[in-house]
Amino acid sequence: MLSVAVAHRLGEFRLAAAFESGGGLTALFGRSGSGKTSLVNAIAGLIRPERGRIAVDGEVLTDTARGVFVPARRRHVGYVFQEGRLFPHLTVRQNLLYGHWFAARRGRAGEVEHVIELLGIGELLGRRPANLSGGEKQRVAIGRALLAQPRLLVMDEPLASLDEERKTEILPYIERLRDEFAIPIVYVSHAIAEVTRLATTIVVMSEGRVAAIGSTAEIMGRIDLFPLTGRAEAGAILNTRVAEHDVRFGLTTLRSAAGDLRVPYIDMRLGAQLRVRIRARDVMIALERPRGLSALNILPGTVAEISDAEGASVEMRLDCGGEALIARLTKRSVEALGLVPGREVYAVIKSIAFDHQAFAGAAPSTPGADADTRHG
Amino acid sequence: MSWLFAFSPEELTAIRLSLWVAFWAMLGSLPIGVAIALLLSRGQFWGKSLLNVLVHLPLIMPPVVTGYLLLLLFGRKGPVGQFLAETLGIVFAFRWTGAALACAVMGFPLLLRSIRLSLDAVDRRLEDAAGTLGANTLWIFLTITLPLILPGIVAGMILSFARALGEFGATITFVSNIPGETQTLPTAIYMLIQVPGGDLAALRLTLVSIAISMLALFVSEALIERATRRVQGL
Repeated sequence: MLSVAVAHRLGEFRLAAAFESGGGLTALFGRSGSGKTSLVNAIAGLIRPERGRIAVDGEVLTDTARGVFVPARRRHVGYVFQEGRLFPHLTVRQNLLYGHWFAARRGRAGEVEHVIELLGIGELLGRRPANLSGGEKQRVAIGRALLAQPRLLVMDEPLASLDEERKTEILPYIERLRDEFAIPIVYVSHAIAEVTRLATTIVVMSEGRVAAIGSTAEIMGRIDLFPLTGRAEAGAILNTRVAEHDVRFGLTTLRSAAGDLRVPYIDMRLGAQLRVRIRARDVMIALERPRGLSALNILPGTVAEISDAEGASVEMRLDCGGEALIARLTKRSVEALGLVPGREVYAVIKSIAFDHQAFAGAAPSTPGADADTRHG
Repeated sequence: MSWLFAFSPEELTAIRLSLWVAFWAMLGSLPIGVAIALLLSRGQFWGKSLLNVLVHLPLIMPPVVTGYLLLLLFGRKGPVGQFLAETLGIVFAFRWTGAALACAVMGFPLLLRSIRLSLDAVDRRLEDAAGTLGANTLWIFLTITLPLILPGIVAGMILSFARALGEFGATITFVSNIPGETQTLPTAIYMLIQVPGGDLAALRLTLVSIAISMLALFVSEALIERATRRVQGL
């Protein structure tokens, strides 16, 4: 259980943010300069906020009203930095064991072998950081933080300096931290694909404040937040289960509360949970169930909300069996079809629209963290 | 060429004493050099620029002035000298220890500069990272900062050693030129030039001096390169 309420000033910039998280992966999401890094630095004890209170599992780490400030080294908050910050003069093994030694001294030696195996860095132990690729460096940095046996892991844009290929290489490891190690994570990012894939809870930051907080599906389904979360990549999250494999056509059927989705074959066992992001730009709207159409996915729903955006297009939230689906349409189509809230429609999605970016792997095992919004 | 190796016992003593004095000057000033470099690089305190000026003074002042100040302070009647002699039994005046002190003071600005520059270049964020892993300030210094500034320390030590080998003015002013006690290579060469028939011996010691200096530079280059490669993780 993490509880943060911080007010801090850095030159002209004012940070005044508060959130709570009950576990899983909490993503601090927002543009660069929105105060995300300052907030996690305050959690890790790298900056002392002017005012505020930070507590983890009931232990107060910072409380300016009572003059409490636990130094970083006694917080047991693991930190994975954007640039890795591996110690250049030490080998990978020495880097990994740096914090582990302190953890062992307080009787909390972890399973070194297990972490090394989990992160796939067994081959690298004798090397020095200068001889590692960007992705390898970040995996070692994660291992180093993890082996210090933290009660909370903070990750500040750990993938930002990596190319797409390396990102896909690291993402599954972070998912395993979240699910296998069940360690609470605060994850800073401005990349929507990462956040929707990893987050249990999303805290949307804007200009030093918390603009919104909620479960991933909830936040991604809010079209009023698109100016902050980014319109181009906007899309709703559906929680699905693998229901059927069609070997002949190489298709997999995913079942969700909104209906069945047929997508290109996914190598997962039947019954496995999968989080799917359906981008607003991939969704078409029809007034009647279309026939003679190549698209395989047709979901019935009701128009719930239409955004008031500038430009030629608008976003529309549909209620499909309780789940939210977002569609982007031109204003012309909205008028031509007479779309208003309450209208029953059909959402059409091409199976091909589901590329690897749309799948978020296994859904987090922990239920959505309870969270509230408080402005400090 | 046999004259080249026909060292007299006095000459050998001067060579040995020179190395001995330079070694202790270097070693003795090292911890103080690291401490003051830390203070100047990281500290925020009143009188910081004054301290900075003070420790750099020996670089600019005439060595004779430095030597005379040492004599006033550390001589038998000097306040510091008297105190040290009475409480710890350490005497500097007209002893090899005094020669080492003079050399240490003269080489100190070079040692300090080298260490401070490498300290300023250390990525403080690595120290933050070590802190989040549970290390305290002392441990961070020993395991992160110190190894990272090692090239600077090595370079500073060699500079201090080389400066000590060549130190003349402050040494002769402070502890005079006593064969077997305070007579180092430069003072021995100077004396030999003054006496008739000393030319050959002077030339011998000059060649030794050149040889030691070159060797020191070669060793330092090799050490610095090794340390730098290590720090960069290559």
